[in-house]
Amino acid sequence: MSGIPHDHYEPKTSGEKWVESRLPVLGLLHSTLFIPTPRNLNWMWIWGIVLAFCLVMQIATGVVLVMHYNPSVSGAFASVEHIMRDVNAGWALRYVHANGASLFFFAVYCHIFRGIFYGSYKAPREITWIVGMLIFFLMMATAFMGYVLPWGQMSFWGATVITGFFSAIPLVGTSIQTWLLGGPAVDNPTLNRFFSLHYLLPFVIAGLVAVHIWAFHTTGNNNPTGVEVRRGSKAEAERDTLPFWPYFVIKDLFALVFVLVIFAAIVGFMPNFLGHPDNYVEANPLKTPAHIVPEWYFLPYYAMLRAITFDIFFINSKLAGVLAMFGSIAVLLLLPWLDTSRVRSGRYRPMFKVWFWLLVADFVMLMWCGSQPPEQPFVIMSQLGTFYWFAFFLVILPILGVVEKPLTPPDTIEADFRAHYGGDGIGRATASHPAE
Amino acid sequence: MAQSDQHLDEPSGTRRDFLFVATGAAGGIATAAAVWPLINQMNPSADVQALSSIQVDVSAVDVGSQLTIKFLGKPVFIRHRTPEEIQAAREFDVSQLPDPLARNANLPADAPATDEDRSLDEAGEWLVMWGVCTHLGCVPLGEAGEFNGWFCPCHGSVYDTSGRIRKGPAPENLHIPEASFVSDGVVQLG
Repeated sequence: MSGIPHDHYEPKTSGEKWVESRLPVLGLLHSTLFIPTPRNLNWMWIWGIVLAFCLVMQIATGVVLVMHYNPSVSGAFASVEHIMRDVNAGWALRYVHANGASLFFFAVYCHIFRGIFYGSYKAPREITWIVGMLIFFLMMATAFMGYVLPWGQMSFWGATVITGFFSAIPLVGTSIQTWLLGGPAVDNPTLNRFFSLHYLLPFVIAGLVAVHIWAFHTTGNNNPTGVEVRRGSKAEAERDTLPFWPYFVIKDLFALVFVLVIFAAIVGFMPNFLGHPDNYVEANPLKTPAHIVPEWYFLPYYAMLRAITFDIFFINSKLAGVLAMFGSIAVLLLLPWLDTSRVRSGRYRPMFKVWFWLLVADFVMLMWCGSQPPEQPFVIMSQLGTFYWFAFFLVILPILGVVEKPLTPPDTIEADFRAHYGGDGIGRATASHPAE
Repeated sequence: MAQSDQHLDEPSGTRRDFLFVATGAAGGIATAAAVWPLINQMNPSADVQALSSIQVDVSAVDVGSQLTIKFLGKPVFIRHRTPEEIQAAREFDVSQLPDPLARNANLPADAPATDEDRSLDEAGEWLVMWGVCTHLGCVPLGEAGEFNGWFCPCHGSVYDTSGRIRKGPAPENLHIPEASFVSDGVVQLG
């Protein structure tokens, strides 16, 4: 599958030959598992495994939660309490599922910012990046619809506010909103269709994850230097890479265990820390909670939505806010073509580094602003934050590639690896790093 | 090559070209026809549409009290106003309002926001409106706020005793649904 020269699968036993000649699934598994992987990957390359684990965990817990959940406005809230109190270990399953969404988003933000810093979106990995962004978009839709299912106050009013975005579209907005809701307001038809889609979309995501992996197994992984693996010969490639199994599998599993220890502590000791008390009050269309806020992972976009308090030319502020919110994600899709620098990794871009960390800080600040009531100074902070978000992608990145003088990346991954870990060559460690 | 030669011989298209286009068109139309019910099923169903008109008995609503009922999934305020509330609403200068329009579904869209254009009856005793803040859709609280009208706790919009926006971020007056007295003490919504 990969363009990096490596050993190909040869069926040995008669059984393997029988299968392989009918369905080459063993060869596919072999090339996936033993794919040559740059040996200098750092700890920011573990989030892919964490994300894959999250998807499996959410589907597994979700499928069993559905066995006890009642998707109707009269029964949903009570059935969630039934899961919490009566179903065997139901409380654990639900808390793992609810907090699993938070872990999923934490990991995906680490994964995306890793990609931005190391230029993982640049040629030839644009399709990997775009498929990843589609997965991210579907994740957001899935998480939003999942949050509606417990039918608490925040579920109901969150759904009202979010579907209200569509009413900002000129002319057809209200019709689209009615079509989405199945009526004039959030009600039983809305809950039922959200339930259906919440169950469907994770499997669409799983399909796209396969495409995502297929794409970067074709181009090979990026790595912290942004330097490509040498492909002149198998021997050369082997000096830059190690097979995924066992080296990176063990490393990734170690990281996963570390992440899961923290996750288990949150699920066990503070399962409602990231939730809202209002969602333990059953949905009431006649009473609004005093302060409607989305889940933490949507706060930066919510802040950008509310930051646009003024009309932009002929676009009224409500529509402009919605456009800013969706636009903040759309610019990520265009990222491969907005970055004009010929150096891939941010490690060798002194100016880019500064702007990048400012972007991370901006994201965190917007997250905080989104959690606060829409008052000063949060409005002006959200406006500045929104301005920087768009300026980074649409102005700073294109210009940086022209004005910045990058450092020289190492010639090979092997050279980078040796500079960090010593040794006179791959596989022959020096005394300070004895071979096991 | 044989095919392209054939095209040169018959510039108007071959029988095969015709069949190709006709099959594609028929397939496209059949697919669209098959997909449409899958999309249209998400529109409001017959029972939801059947609820688009209801009658409310308001004979028990005393002066100075308010009924909140759910209509089309959203709250509707039906208020039996006191003479003081009517007076306060009618005395206020319409030109001072942030939103100059009545927002009354029973009147033309450009009707001015006078209290006469917003109340249900001529005397102004009854005020019927959507309990949905025009800012972000929260439900305002009654008999609250600076003007003793409605106050939205979410972002601090203040409405007067006629449900007109006076202060805060909301852009429009509270909207008024289609409503009428069908008999003494019975209001029909929708």
